[in-house]
Amino acid sequence: MAILVLIEHEGGKVKQPARSAIAAATKIGGEIHALVAGENVGEAAAATAKIPGIAKVLTADGAAYAHGLAEPLGALLVSLAPGYTHLLSASTAIGKNVMPRVAALLDVQQISDIAEVVDADTFVRPIYAGNALATVKSADAKKVITVRAASFDPVSAEGGTAPVEPASNPELPNNSRFISAELSKSERPELTAARVVVSGGRGMQSGANFHLLDPIADKLGAAVGASRAAVDAGFVPNDYQVGQTGKIVAPDLYVAVGISGAIQHLAGMKDSKVIVAINKDEEAPIFQVADYGLVADLFQALPELKAELEKA
Amino acid sequence: MKLLVPVKRVIDYNVKVRVKSDQSGVELAGIKMAMNPFDEIAVEEAVRLKEKGVVTEIVAVSVGVTQAQETIRTALAMGADRGILVETDGPPEPLAVAKILKALADKEQPQLFILGKQAIDDDMNATGQMLAALLGWPQGTFASKIDIVDGTATVTREVDGGLETVALTMPAVITADLRLNEPRYASLPNIMKARKKPIDVVKPADLGVDAAPRLTTLKVVEPPKRQAGKKVGSVAELVDKLRNEAKVI
Repeated sequence: MAILVLIEHEGGKVKQPARSAIAAATKIGGEIHALVAGENVGEAAAATAKIPGIAKVLTADGAAYAHGLAEPLGALLVSLAPGYTHLLSASTAIGKNVMPRVAALLDVQQISDIAEVVDADTFVRPIYAGNALATVKSADAKKVITVRAASFDPVSAEGGTAPVEPASNPELPNNSRFISAELSKSERPELTAARVVVSGGRGMQSGANFHLLDPIADKLGAAVGASRAAVDAGFVPNDYQVGQTGKIVAPDLYVAVGISGAIQHLAGMKDSKVIVAINKDEEAPIFQVADYGLVADLFQALPELKAELEKA
Repeated sequence: MKLLVPVKRVIDYNVKVRVKSDQSGVELAGIKMAMNPFDEIAVEEAVRLKEKGVVTEIVAVSVGVTQAQETIRTALAMGADRGILVETDGPPEPLAVAKILKALADKEQPQLFILGKQAIDDDMNATGQMLAALLGWPQGTFASKIDIVDGTATVTREVDGGLETVALTMPAVITADLRLNEPRYASLPNIMKARKKPIDVVKPADLGVDAAPRLTTLKVVEPPKRQAGKKVGSVAELVDKLRNEAKVI
């Protein structure tokens, strides 16, 4: 068996969900190759080569791959597929976009968002917003898989010395074009990689009030997230959203502030190790999953929490 | 320009899903069914494009059991012009649906598909991308804004870091994310009118598609339940517990 893992990278660094995808590949077993595609990928390829457990790093360098567009990236993956039994990516925006394209062109039913590897053909994946876990066995000769990063502890970033070689260049489609990106800039850790996440919900009442979370997130080294209600209300941009259709997180500590706990939100955070809920409604469903619940008005509790964290 | 909008019949999103005791799946008997919420957003966008004069005809397609006709009727009541039901016995997998939609595209020659980005039952998030691949068309997934001018679809997409805008040479496939629009409720007169709109019923075999599943579900179980923890009386107690009991800060 040989497994090809698509590596997502940014600024020369490998993104953490890619190391979770490698962890899933390790559980499947077999020789693992990593594909680093992009423009000027030398640094990212060198970083990938250091990940332990990778036998070979393939690079595809070119302007067509610069923005991870699904059409050229899909064509590249399909051209490499003959050498592999499994093709994997983390379930990130890029992975979710490109992998089904690859699966269809290989006449394979993709197995989306796996949370567990049973064996090389059999996987556990959440359905119905995580309200049920299905164990599915694939009859396809090749498997195309996206990996729920929060369910697999990422492999180490250091210790490997894999050789790097360029992949052959296939003919690429030219029917899509990147125009622009409007990305949130933050000094904080990324939501899907943070050890601590502090999220706000509709109870925050406004975008301005979201800044009440900032000093607490700073103190805890946390990422800031939000419920769908807070995003829909325009308090914060879409990339803050934690939930079934937003980001799936499983940090050591998740602090839910003014979040009622709709099923769709719980689907994105209930695998966190410790959950704290602060809500003035003691009947809020979030308290049913919280390890520590504080029934309080968040506008009083947040300044107090800031002060308490600043004490030693 | 003709537009095809696929719609899926799923458990209503307000219903609490229960796993069957024999672990064969989730309980569907007697459960309220509805159109997949992301598909409602897709239908709404299709209707708005028709209202703007960009689209001339909207065909709502569903792949599934006989009762999926009701889901098509909902799309017709929202403003789709006619329907096609591709009737299958069980729930089809995204690959089979994509192949069926490709076969319909070969017949109907649409310039655009708009689909929901994922169905809230199997949460696969795959059909639109698979369809685009089979057609050799470009795709704009997780769309929060769509502009169609002179054969180019400009799509703003919700991505991990924020928003990204791409230009697609049409024909194209677009999948709808939550914030693309707010779907309308069908008015009573439109519900009445929808009853008269035609729905064709065909089988996958009529389209030359083998819809046999590739995945076998071995079991479906409930996820481990989280126990509700304790209530703390004050912020000071909370911080103390996090420091000294949970040891996470």
